[in-house]
Amino acid sequence: MKSERKIWTFHGGVHPEFNKEQSTTCPISTVKLPKRLIIPVQQHIGAPTEVLVASGEQVFKGQLIAKMADGQLGASIHAPSSGIIGKIEKQAIPHPSALDALCIELMLDGKDNWGDCQLPPYIDFAQIDNERLLKRIDEAGLVGLGGAAFPSYVKVSSSTKHQIETLVINGAECEPYISCDDLLMRERADEIVTGIRILLQLLKPQQCLVGIEDNKPEAISAMQRATESLDKVHICAIPTLYPSGGEKQLIKILTGKEVPAGDIPLDLDILCHNIATTYALYKAVVKGEPLISRVLTITGDGVKQPQNMEALIGTPISDLIEQAGGYTANAQRLIMGGPMMGIPLKNDNNPMVKASNCFLVASVTSLQQAHSIHASQPQMPCIRCGQCMQVCPAELLPQQLYWHTQAKDFERVTAHNLNSCIECGCCDFVCPSHIPLVSYFRFAKSEIHVQEVALKKSDLSRKRHEFLEFRKAREKQEREEKRRKHKEALQKKKAAMAAKKKVAGEKVEDDPKAAAIKAALARTKAKKAERARKIEH
Amino acid sequence: MTVMIEIILSVLVIVGIAAFFGLILGYASVRFKVEGDPITDKIDSLLPQTQCGQCSYAGCRPYAEAIAKGESGINQCPPGGEATILALADLLGIEPEPLNEELTEASDVPSVAVIIEDECIGCTLCIQACPVDAIVGSAKHMHTVIASECTGCVLCLPPCPVDCIVMEPIKTTPSNWKHPEPYSALHNIAVKIETKEGVQA
Repeated sequence: MKSERKIWTFHGGVHPEFNKEQSTTCPISTVKLPKRLIIPVQQHIGAPTEVLVASGEQVFKGQLIAKMADGQLGASIHAPSSGIIGKIEKQAIPHPSALDALCIELMLDGKDNWGDCQLPPYIDFAQIDNERLLKRIDEAGLVGLGGAAFPSYVKVSSSTKHQIETLVINGAECEPYISCDDLLMRERADEIVTGIRILLQLLKPQQCLVGIEDNKPEAISAMQRATESLDKVHICAIPTLYPSGGEKQLIKILTGKEVPAGDIPLDLDILCHNIATTYALYKAVVKGEPLISRVLTITGDGVKQPQNMEALIGTPISDLIEQAGGYTANAQRLIMGGPMMGIPLKNDNNPMVKASNCFLVASVTSLQQAHSIHASQPQMPCIRCGQCMQVCPAELLPQQLYWHTQAKDFERVTAHNLNSCIECGCCDFVCPSHIPLVSYFRFAKSEIHVQEVALKKSDLSRKRHEFLEFRKAREKQEREEKRRKHKEALQKKKAAMAAKKKVAGEKVEDDPKAAAIKAALARTKAKKAERARKIEH
Repeated sequence: MTVMIEIILSVLVIVGIAAFFGLILGYASVRFKVEGDPITDKIDSLLPQTQCGQCSYAGCRPYAEAIAKGESGINQCPPGGEATILALADLLGIEPEPLNEELTEASDVPSVAVIIEDECIGCTLCIQACPVDAIVGSAKHMHTVIASECTGCVLCLPPCPVDCIVMEPIKTTPSNWKHPEPYSALHNIAVKIETKEGVQA
């Protein structure tokens, strides 16, 4: 038995109603094959992928259908099942903007046929060198499944250049309602630990800390059983407090180290991965399966049987709801993610994407009870009570940020470190005036981003304009130079001629050319005189 | 006698100190010489760099120079709009003024020039007009606009003999979408006016 490790605390945090028991009563189910999948070409942080297939093409399960251009940040996308490519056009995607984006439609044939598209499984991965393992992470299109969907290849490959001290595995799952990581740990702990072992092999950290909130005792014991033989890996039960699953917060809890504002954990030689990502890593390496499915939670008082299910990427939300027994009369709001940080969706024809860890279907009253940012209660003036400041896990001053955002004084907002805001919603949760603070901060962030983009563009324009002026001046100079040289050459020629004349003196007369010209001139003169005479007559 | 010596001595000391500091200042003015005009640079960095010439100067830099010399007002830049005027007023410590009425205000939606390629005759006039070299092409060959470098200054529109250049607003996609300002009930409280007849909304 490993000894208890010391743990630390982070500033602030709240205790919302966790509402997890609703979706943890039954095991993870598998969604039956839907008729069609809608696969957005961008499901990650970075640039969109390039589509490799055409409408009407037959594809196999696991076939690469969209890949990243070289040198761009992103992750490949594979066909989650076999079938025929339908339309490739803009469709609704789960994004806060509710705008359409390019998606590949896949009409499934129901055979779920791999063809020869499965990647070679590395069952004995200890024999595989790091280069091939990294290549596999890239090929499999892995992204962080905790919610941000940052391409894993970039994260892991940049970490292999560092000597990682601590590998942090995030099993906190602090957001209310969501229980997909919990169930994954309960049921598939061995597979997750295999994923952790692959990461240990790649990164060779001194220790690996798995943080799990203590409201998941079954997951903790399952993970403890699975890691008994691994000396480096410690399962840490941490107190249940939202948002302990935030990357920087979890690192503070487990190591006592604070990641400075603007820095990433790698700067402290720490790497953080989510439980679901390590499971996907296991599948990619040991089973040769690219990231084509994930476990997610369908919950809330708006569905009949809240549960966790394994579904193919691109499955329309309506199919997932059907699997969960359909809607109840309370289905009033649809949210991707949890009540604290989720994105509201307009309808259920949106597909699930790699980053979808939960779809919450809830009534307005239950969201209000949960103090959700989606509760939309009438906003009242800020009374400067300072509660938001006390709960902010990033130790910011939300009331000041709100004040300056309202005044659109974005310089001050930046000076108050808005960038460190993780949009966890703790300030919204406690605000007695129901001010949607996070919405204000998201607004401020995007305004600041727009300003930065405009500044970059104006710098580029200035450079281009300066170069244009320089180019024009250079061309003018070159033209003048040319003219001057031409003139000089001409003058030289003339001078040479004159000199020749001088030297030649009377000899010029003897020059046959000159003599011929003289004769011709004399002839014309005579002719002219003749003509003049004729006219006179 | 001693008084004279004291006077001469004090004059010499003062002259000595003056000469000493003079030398330091003289050296400093050579050693720490500032190339160019820093205030012009600061003004220039606040201008939007569209290089559109609506301010009647040949570009943003000449306008910045004119402001620095006090030859021009700070309200001559339509693409910058109110934000630029406020920033300039803040920098120069003067009162902001509304945009020059003779100039038309720029639209809120940024746009870029697009050449209708079927109609382009390849005359190169637009290429010569572009202040940021954002149009590529050569004589008797079709031209095209590099959208990412176009400042939307519309200077290429008038020279085109076949009117094949149009301004198109930049489309909103999920990647350049801006989070809207939250709907605030405080800003939308209906004003109720009580009259003798009753309450009117």
